[in-house]
Amino acid sequence: MKMKTILAAGAMSVAAIAANNAHAGAVLDGIKAKGFVQCGVNTGVPGFSAANAEGKWEGIDVDVCRAISAAVLGDANKVQYTPMTAAQRFTALQSGEIDILSRNTTATLTRDAKLGLTFVGINYYDGQGFMVPKALGVKNVSELDGATICVEPGTTTELNMADYFRAKGMSFQPVVIENINETTAAFFAGRCDVYTTDASGLASVRQTMAPNPDDYVILPEIISKEPLGPSVAQGDDQWADVARWAMFAMLEAEEYGVTSENVDEMKKSESPAIQRLLGVSPGMGEALGLDEEWAYRIIKQVGNYGESFKVNVTDKLGLERGINALWTNGGLQYAWPVR
Amino acid sequence: MSKTQNTPGGVRSKTVADYLNDENIRAIIYQIVAIGLVVLAGWYLVSNTLANLERQNISTGYGFLNLEASFGISESMIDYTPQSNYATALMVGFLNTVKVAFLGIILCTIIGTIFGVARLSSNWIVRKLATVYVETFRNIPVLLQLFFWYAIIPGAFPAARNAFQPLPDVLLTNRGMYIPVPVADNAYDFMGIAAIIAFIVIYFVKKWASKRLDATGQPFPIVWASLGIFFGLALLAYLVGGAPTAMDIPALKGFNIQGGYNISPEFMSVLIGLTIYTSTYVAEVVRSGIQAVPNGQWEAAESLGLKRSIALRKIILPQSMRVAIPPLTNQYLNLTKNSSLAVAVGYPDLVSISNTTMNQTGQAIEAISIYMAVYLGLSLITSLFMNWFNKKMALVER
Repeated sequence: MKMKTILAAGAMSVAAIAANNAHAGAVLDGIKAKGFVQCGVNTGVPGFSAANAEGKWEGIDVDVCRAISAAVLGDANKVQYTPMTAAQRFTALQSGEIDILSRNTTATLTRDAKLGLTFVGINYYDGQGFMVPKALGVKNVSELDGATICVEPGTTTELNMADYFRAKGMSFQPVVIENINETTAAFFAGRCDVYTTDASGLASVRQTMAPNPDDYVILPEIISKEPLGPSVAQGDDQWADVARWAMFAMLEAEEYGVTSENVDEMKKSESPAIQRLLGVSPGMGEALGLDEEWAYRIIKQVGNYGESFKVNVTDKLGLERGINALWTNGGLQYAWPVR
Repeated sequence: MSKTQNTPGGVRSKTVADYLNDENIRAIIYQIVAIGLVVLAGWYLVSNTLANLERQNISTGYGFLNLEASFGISESMIDYTPQSNYATALMVGFLNTVKVAFLGIILCTIIGTIFGVARLSSNWIVRKLATVYVETFRNIPVLLQLFFWYAIIPGAFPAARNAFQPLPDVLLTNRGMYIPVPVADNAYDFMGIAAIIAFIVIYFVKKWASKRLDATGQPFPIVWASLGIFFGLALLAYLVGGAPTAMDIPALKGFNIQGGYNISPEFMSVLIGLTIYTSTYVAEVVRSGIQAVPNGQWEAAESLGLKRSIALRKIILPQSMRVAIPPLTNQYLNLTKNSSLAVAVGYPDLVSISNTTMNQTGQAIEAISIYMAVYLGLSLITSLFMNWFNKKMALVER
């Protein structure tokens, strides 16, 4: 009797694990079942993802997760955040610990093809820069020969820097600390001459963590392309579609002038493009496996891309749109049409 | 088989039920089932992992070790540049781990023994200070201690431009400590050879001395003789090599101090943190070892007219060693394993470099399997050595 119970329990648990094997749509079904989106974010880069004084997560990376949650679950606040270091992020996504990684992550060939990730879009076009204390008197990167440089491990930044210094025939001494807060603390304590990361990250760190922001300068050179965007695990295309179009919906809304303020009036708009976006003329939501109000909720609860950018990046860090302007304004942000 | 039944008419042939009721056969069947389940579970996990990796298009295998690492490492005991491959990068990390673990084990043993003996001191202040030391550092998590030291070291020392000089040409800065080192010369190779010769000579002198002690009862000042042989030979080699005096002296050049040997703040933090934390446990091990030796041993030694210091060295410590070595082994293993926390303060140990590697290549399972194997190997080597040492120290009955 006892033996039979044990065997039955064993068989059941094996069956349960086997049933867990992913199939297309599994992530979306899982999210609907558990009732929240598990979102991997940075441990703290104000403007992108950081917890505010009340412990609420804010930033343009956070808004991507909020948009998806609004589209899928009807409520932008049904997101659980997992702060992760650069070194942890991909493993967490591969193993299914998080549903989406929205952590100012550069899209590269290796990551897209070899790490089992699918980048669903670019929410911030960036490039790598260098920050130094003003007292050092350095005016540009070519004067940095022999410098000690603080950098986060497992980043494209770490590789770009090695490439750049090698190409210029200069030497450097890296100081590599896993947690960004420890890294910046080491830099401000004088452990390194230079801190390097994406230019937006430098602005964020200088603005929010420096004892006195005016004591530090960001050097003019940008040494790399860093297209930053959210990614999902490969193997579930439907989920990747939902994430991609949640981002595009925010861009489309900005392009058509739909904001969180006027979205209700815009439902009466005569423009076919706006009618499609807001679900007045149906079909788009169904195609994604969602209801027709998906984009309406994103815009209503999170806002369009321009609103998110202004609140999080321009107001907090003082960074202008630059190349992140819409294509209609000469920038790179260009959504595929919702139709 | 033990339960074969004999019937009056002769031996009854066994039925299947007899076999199933046989205790020994049942035991074997249970074992086979248990092994089968373990193998099945293992196979299931491995095949499931491979299927999942395949589904997500994640490549597997160790081929990535030959690819160019293309990231920099701050300190290395072997030649390393970003052009080196991942295997070399991991080797750098491994050597850094061994370096900090080896030095940590030696230092924690010395400091731990001092505090362990001090805890038994008859001097009230010494005893209480040692107790405070042990209880403080034993009860703070070691990771927090690493953070503490890493906050102190770059914070407390001045920038490179106005470095603090505690000794001539020794510079203390927030980039670590810089000490002058001799410029490489043949003479130092000679000195290395001389040291090896010295160890061999000392071994034989020691053998001769203990034979003489057994035969005649006359002690030989072996410690002084060994020191004399060691330094004498080294000095001779130095003079034969031409007595070079050129030194590589650290000095400010550009951003940083160039020249000399740099002990980085990351290394110092990890070494100090691990050493102090583990030394508190070693102190307790040493104290319990000494207290485990019965008081009668002291009295017996005294009645033979031995001095207290000789009694401690020749009678008490050798016996307490027997009690102390197994728990000491545990502490050495803990220190080695705790060194993986170095990643938190930026010391490029094996875990730190493996993490970077797995992040750049995506080979998480492979990278983790490598460092698990290495830590297992290191721990097994440490415990093999300590077991051998334990056997050597164990009571040899004559």
